[in-house]
Amino acid sequence: MAAPAKKKVEVVPEKLHVWPYLVRLEFLCAIIVMVLLTVWSITIDAPLEEAANPSKTPNPSKAPWYFLGLQDILVYFDPWFAGVVAPVLIIVGLMLIPYLDVNPKGNGYYTYTERKAAIWVYSFGFLVLWIALIIMGVFLRGPGWNLFMPWEYWDPHKVVALTNVDLPYAFGFRDYVWSSLFGGAVIIGYFAIGTAAYFVFERKAIKNVGFMRMFLKINLFLIMVGIVIKIVLRLGFNIKYVWVTPWFNI
Amino acid sequence: MAGKPQIPNLAEIWNDIKSGKIISDISKSVTESQVWTSSFRHGYADTPRNRVLQIASNVWLHLHPVKIHRHALRIKFTWCMGGITFLMFLVTVVTGVVLMFYYRPVGEYAYFDMKYLQYDVPFGMLMRNMHRWAAHSMVITVWLHMLRVFLTGSYKPPREFNWVIGVFLVTFTLLLSFTGYLLPWDQLAMWAVTVGTNMARGTPFLGHEGPFAEFVGVTSRYDARSVLLGGSLVGPPALLRFYVLHCILIPLVAGALMIVHFWRIRKDGGISGPL
Repeated sequence: MAAPAKKKVEVVPEKLHVWPYLVRLEFLCAIIVMVLLTVWSITIDAPLEEAANPSKTPNPSKAPWYFLGLQDILVYFDPWFAGVVAPVLIIVGLMLIPYLDVNPKGNGYYTYTERKAAIWVYSFGFLVLWIALIIMGVFLRGPGWNLFMPWEYWDPHKVVALTNVDLPYAFGFRDYVWSSLFGGAVIIGYFAIGTAAYFVFERKAIKNVGFMRMFLKINLFLIMVGIVIKIVLRLGFNIKYVWVTPWFNI
Repeated sequence: MAGKPQIPNLAEIWNDIKSGKIISDISKSVTESQVWTSSFRHGYADTPRNRVLQIASNVWLHLHPVKIHRHALRIKFTWCMGGITFLMFLVTVVTGVVLMFYYRPVGEYAYFDMKYLQYDVPFGMLMRNMHRWAAHSMVITVWLHMLRVFLTGSYKPPREFNWVIGVFLVTFTLLLSFTGYLLPWDQLAMWAVTVGTNMARGTPFLGHEGPFAEFVGVTSRYDARSVLLGGSLVGPPALLRFYVLHCILIPLVAGALMIVHFWRIRKDGGISGPL
C-alpha cells in the first residue's frame, strides 16, 4: 500500500488504538533488535589496541569510520574546507531543506516521479559523497592515505609521484598575482554563471519560489557539484588548487 | 452480627479452593486494596476506555497519541528506524552507566580500567561490546531514519521544524560517538581523535592554521582546537573533556532535543502519511 501516489489510499482515515496496535509493534521490534544486539555483542568484541602513545603515530591514522568521507575530502581540499566549512555547510544545508524545497507533492508517501530532482540530489549527496567515500576510506585507504585495492598489500613505502599543479599554472600563468586573479575569476565565475543560468532557466519560478530560496538552493547545489568537479580535476587532470591566495587555497 | 468470631468452616474453604472462588477472592482483595488502586489507575480488561487510559495515563507511553492512522503502522513506510535509534540510545545510556562505575577518565588509569573491565569485571566485556555496537548501530539507524524521512517527504509542511531538530540530533549522535571514541585511551582512540580534532586547526579565523587566523592572532596553544582539547595535543585534559562531554553535556542536550522531537511528531499531526 506504500507507493503509487496521488491515489488516496484511505478516503475515510481509519484510526486505530495505539494500545495495543502500535505499542505491541514497538515492543516486538525492540525485542528483535535487542536479541540481535546481544548476539552481536557476545560474538564480536569491541576493539582495544595497545595503550595510547603520543610518540607512535600509526600509518594510516584514520578518524572514526563515520567521518572518513570528510577525511577523504581532505585529499582534495584544505582542512579549513574539508574539516570545518564542509561539515557546517552539510548541517546547515540539511536544515534548510524543508524551507528550500517548496514542491507540495510527495508529502508523506514514497514517490520518485513527483520529486525527481530532490531525490536525485539527496541520494547523490548521501549515497555517493557520504556513504561511498566512507566505504572507500575504511577499506581502500592505506598507509600515506594512498589508494589500495582490496587484494593489494598495504605497503607503507609505496611511492606515489606528486605531479599536481595548480589550475592557473596549467593554463600558463606563472605570475603569482595573475594566477591568483585567474583562480578567483574561475571560482567566482563558476558560481556567478551557475546562479545566473539557473535564474534564467527557472525565471518563471522566481515569483512563486522567491529570490532568496532560489539563490540559496542553487549555491548549495553548486558547492556540492563543485566538490565533485574538484575531485575529477584532481584525479583526472592532476590539479591541486584552483585558486591560490595568500590567505586560503581552494 | 457482631459478637462471636466465626469459626472457619473447613469444608467451605475446601469448596472455595476446588471451585476456584478463592483465587478471585484473593485477586479482588488485592486489586481493591489501597496500595493497588493508588499504583494502577485503571483496569487491564481490553475495553476501549482502558486502551485510551493505557496511553494517556502512562508517563512513558503518553508521548504517543491515543489513536493513530492505520498507515502509521506499516513497517514498509517507517522502517522502524526512528524507534530503533531511540532504543539504541537507551541501550547506550544503560550500559554507559554500568561502564562509568569502573572507568576513570584519567590518563594514568583509563586504559587499565578498560583492561580491568574486559578481563575482571563480571559481564564487563559484554557491557562494553553492547555499548560500542549500539553506538555504531545508532549512527547507522539515524542516517537511515533521515533517508526514510527524506524519501517520504515527511519534512514538508507542517513538519519543517521537526526536521531541523532531527538534523541537530544527527549531529549530536555523531558527536556522542566521536567523544566516546577517545575514552578507551588506546592507540585507535587517540589517533582517530587526533585526526578528527586536527581539523579544528583549520577553522577560519579561530584555528591557528586556518584562513585569516593571522588577523585574529590565535596560536596553537590558544585556538579552536585547544579549547576542544584543553591543550595543544590529545592528552589527559582532552580525555577528561571528552568524558564530560560524552557522559553529561551532550546526552543532556540530545535528550532534551529528543523530547522536543517526539513531542513535535504528535503536535504536527502524527507520523506523516498520504493526505
